[in-house]
Amino acid sequence: MSEAFFRTEMLPQQPPPLRETGAVKWVRENLISSWLNAILTAVSLYVVVVLLAWIVPWFWNSVWIADSLSHCREILAGRSGGCFAVITERWLQLLFGAYPPALYWRPIAAFVLLFVALAPMLFTGLPRRMLWFSAAYPFLGYWLIWGGTPWFAVTAALGFVVAGIAYRAFETRGGAVPLIAAAAAAIVWWVFLAGAARGALDAALPVGIEFVRSDRLGGFLISMIIGVSGIALSLPIGILLALGRRSDMPIVKMSCVIIIEFIRGVPLITLLFTASLLLNYFLPPGTNFDLILRVIIMVTIFSAAYIAEVIRGGLASLPRGQFEAADSLGLDYWRAMRLIILPQALKVSIPGIVNTFIGLFKDTTLVVFIGLLDPLNLANAIRADQKWNGIYWEIYIFIGALFFAFCFAISRYSMYLERRLKTDHR
Amino acid sequence: MATTTPDYRQGSFRLSMLIYDSRYRAITIQIVFLMLLMAGFAWLVDNTIQNLRALGKDFSYRFLWQSAGYDINQTLIAYNSTMSHARAMVVGLLNTILVAVMACALATVLGVLAGVLRLSNNWIVARLMTIYVELFRNIPTVLWILIFFSVMAISMPEPRAFRGEAATASMLVFDSVAITNRGVYIPEPVFDRSLGDLDLRYFKVSVDLLAIIAALIASSWASGRIVARANRIQEETGIRPATWWLRLAVWVLPVAALLSALGFHLVKPVLPETGIPNFQGGIHMRNSLIALWLALSVYTGAFIAEVVRAGILAVNRGQTEAAVSLGLRPTLTMRLVILPQALRVIIPPMISQYLNITKNSSLAIAVGYMDLRATLGGITINQTGRELEAMLLMMLIYLALSLTISSLMNVYNARVKLKER
Amino acid sequence: MTHKILLGALAAAAILGAGAAQAQTLNDVKNRGNLRCGTNTGLAGFAFPDANNVWQGFDVAYCRAIAAAVLGDPMKVDFVPLTSQTRFTALAAGEVDVLVRNTTWTFVRDVDLKFTFAAVNYYDGQGFMVRKDLGVSSAKELDGAKVCIETGTTTELNLADFFRSNGMSYDPVPIETNAAAQQQYLAGACDVYTTDVSGLAATRASFADPQNHVILPEVVSKEPLGPLVRHGDDQWADIVRWVSNALVAAEELGITSANIGELKANGHPNPEVNRLLGREGDLGAMLGLDANWAVRAISAAGNYGEIFATNIGEGTPIGLARGLNALWTQGGLQYTPPFR
Repeated sequence: MSEAFFRTEMLPQQPPPLRETGAVKWVRENLISSWLNAILTAVSLYVVVVLLAWIVPWFWNSVWIADSLSHCREILAGRSGGCFAVITERWLQLLFGAYPPALYWRPIAAFVLLFVALAPMLFTGLPRRMLWFSAAYPFLGYWLIWGGTPWFAVTAALGFVVAGIAYRAFETRGGAVPLIAAAAAAIVWWVFLAGAARGALDAALPVGIEFVRSDRLGGFLISMIIGVSGIALSLPIGILLALGRRSDMPIVKMSCVIIIEFIRGVPLITLLFTASLLLNYFLPPGTNFDLILRVIIMVTIFSAAYIAEVIRGGLASLPRGQFEAADSLGLDYWRAMRLIILPQALKVSIPGIVNTFIGLFKDTTLVVFIGLLDPLNLANAIRADQKWNGIYWEIYIFIGALFFAFCFAISRYSMYLERRLKTDHR
Repeated sequence: MATTTPDYRQGSFRLSMLIYDSRYRAITIQIVFLMLLMAGFAWLVDNTIQNLRALGKDFSYRFLWQSAGYDINQTLIAYNSTMSHARAMVVGLLNTILVAVMACALATVLGVLAGVLRLSNNWIVARLMTIYVELFRNIPTVLWILIFFSVMAISMPEPRAFRGEAATASMLVFDSVAITNRGVYIPEPVFDRSLGDLDLRYFKVSVDLLAIIAALIASSWASGRIVARANRIQEETGIRPATWWLRLAVWVLPVAALLSALGFHLVKPVLPETGIPNFQGGIHMRNSLIALWLALSVYTGAFIAEVVRAGILAVNRGQTEAAVSLGLRPTLTMRLVILPQALRVIIPPMISQYLNITKNSSLAIAVGYMDLRATLGGITINQTGRELEAMLLMMLIYLALSLTISSLMNVYNARVKLKER
Repeated sequence: MTHKILLGALAAAAILGAGAAQAQTLNDVKNRGNLRCGTNTGLAGFAFPDANNVWQGFDVAYCRAIAAAVLGDPMKVDFVPLTSQTRFTALAAGEVDVLVRNTTWTFVRDVDLKFTFAAVNYYDGQGFMVRKDLGVSSAKELDGAKVCIETGTTTELNLADFFRSNGMSYDPVPIETNAAAQQQYLAGACDVYTTDVSGLAATRASFADPQNHVILPEVVSKEPLGPLVRHGDDQWADIVRWVSNALVAAEELGITSANIGELKANGHPNPEVNRLLGREGDLGAMLGLDANWAVRAISAAGNYGEIFATNIGEGTPIGLARGLNALWTQGGLQYTPPFR
């Protein structure tokens, strides 16, 4: 047999047929794989083109430097275009409200430090010691934004230190005793001793930074303050409500169910109106809170109900064995919750909590209806200035873009977290 | 039987057992808890009474029966400014329900569409749907409502543009629908030989509507009988008789006959040639309604899209393969295998989306839609100064609405839920 | 008591003011060091924050005058923006010391809601604005019109009454804010925009084409606008009333922010000027203030005429004529009781 019948070398690789490669293949598979798909593609392309033809020139022609809307119109001379000069002039106002410009570094520092404080909760790789900073952050953030003497924040924080000491002291006693002792110690401190301590510290070390009144707060700063403090304060309440809802004690359970369902059943706006119209009725005659504080209280109650449901979901996702294991170790209820159940349940709940935060942050725009100068209300106030009367889209776009950037970033993070937690569990 | 174990049940009761004995402790805790709760509640009530007294006010709902004095532009039941605040409240509540139902329906359609298309293998469609979902989810609802309101008011033609020789705008769908910057005008169904209204003292119910509903219920029952008969024949003979034409006839014929007997026809909105240019006749859907409806729908639709996508993705791929290997056609695979399983995942979050729509409808305040908050919680409070009474009543109504929706949806959920036997 | 202390501690977490409506508002304001003034969240010419976050406007000037009289510094005002919905509760609950938010003095608000209207700083009335090409010259021809109104105000009730008494039908388009109502009207979403005539003028002035809009001659209601305080603190009501009166009296007597320093130093032949400026008598002490209270109030933003001219007068884009708000000597209604 002649060797000529055998091929001795490999054939060179042929390129795939034209319709199976590169752009052509991609288009064929992704855009026109069937008649229906082709029609959908055509319709989508048409929509995209129409939208772009409308939006792009508007942005391209937009005016960024002008004194007033009429000046903008002069510059545009009849062309379609935005008047973003209003943003150039007012963007700091939209971000910080009436906060004194010389002190802008304080809210910015508070914002940056917020992420430092959140880091150890979100990234498990970081040293645990950073949690101390997280615990101190609420007081630091409060002091940075409102300013004044630091001793108010310090004495308020000391209440928690006192509570911690009391907890340690009674830790050997089982059940809820250490918790009750801690709560009692903290209340005693706040009610009877904190004022004196604060006075003494003020007299001894009269330091402080410039005090900023609440009515100077506005714009995105106010949205951030309400959103962040609402979530932070609602976490402990939400945990208690969730535990209460899963409790074996019928009265406790029923009460928690009623509270949660009531709050989840009414719109946030009614709670905000309660804050602005009714809260003064419910408090002792003569007490009068700052509106921002009242709003934070109502928002906290509101989000606590939602957080409670998220955490209840986290608790439900734990295998029954975890509860039984805790019991079989002889741990009492609070120890079992603190050492075994809650750490796991909270970890599972983090994406849900983050999503609740996004929802709450968006909902802070509702304070426009009770007269707080949030970004939307500032948009009204800006329009009340004769120079900018009649401007709408530019301000809406600016506000929308900021909310979008913030919420989108957090929601992406939450998705990443969800994926990571999922793999941890399997 | 002799036993050395002491029987604790017989032991004398000591006070310390209330804390240290786990049998009694739960009761002690609950009683203490209840007492604290009641004390807190009593404290709030006491403060309120004191504050009311200091302001010289009382707590009374009598204002509800006073004359309201203001007009409402969208009324589903008869109303004018001489009627009571209670009547205005009901008008507002019906408007809330109307926009909530409309938004739920549209949001479901949009959401299912976007959710399915986001999984499409068409690159551009999938990307567009992703943009839709992310854009609408991450910007506050209020802003969307304001934007839609502005779009409706600024970009749509004015009614005057429909008038005269040089009309720059024209009506759609055989001259029956007019989209203007004052809202959308659609044809109104009218009965020439109407049966009149049933007067129920507080409101009137159209007998025509009742008759149509009765006919539809009868059709539904008849259709059920036909299917049951077909099932029986299939059981007995193995051959399923064709039923579609019978069922179609049962559904269509009685209603059609009834409508023609009642003299049903549509009245188109028309623009009078002279006077203030406003469309007359037809149903007027105001800008506030349209803006609220569309904004709530697209906003919630984005969330529903995610719910639907997650639901479909949650169905194991093996299920599809198994269905195909059984020889089921793709439509049947979807209907009989995928959908029932996906629905189980989809329904519960869907309930909360519907609840969100209902609650978010209170954002009507941004566009002046006359919902419950605008009537009872808005103008009525302003005119009477009864904020405590009106706010409490409004919260209770919203709560009742939410609970009704969630219980209705829970009934449905229980029907599609995986039956564990 | 305990809960009060606890709450007190809580409340100290932010600014707070003792809110009891008893006769202590003056002390509260002095102790706090600033005046809490309820204003509009943004109404052209009357109250709005400028680019530097300084509040400007006609109502704002009144707050500044009161603060100047009481605290000695016109900038010591804490402006609390209120919606038409929240304004009365905020005042009743003591969140604000005085409400200057173009609020109409009505029987119900005075008697049933228990407020004291200290003065009328602007006599207004509800009117209608339409586009010229609508071809309407009287409000009586508005049958079947769509009417944009700001909700939560007396305009709603006036409107219902006006159309009912004239046997006409209309379609109200309620809008939450003035800005949004204006947008709707401009875009043609309603035929008619109704609010106080001052507001109509201010709105019309801001249009790109003011000549294409007309304000109809009918004024369908009386809208006396002015600062108001809670019932039960007569001293405080007196202060607000007489600061307002001092502004009007200053215009009447020819005292302006320009010549007030000289008049204060050198006196004036008219004893009323001297009494007002604290050179004679002790009017200030009777109010619980010092002798220079009116000097400071008038210096803060000028006399009534000056405040009017700077914020809403004919020289401003708003361009309101004095009309009913001219001094009584010039055929208007602004009139003050004598300072003696």
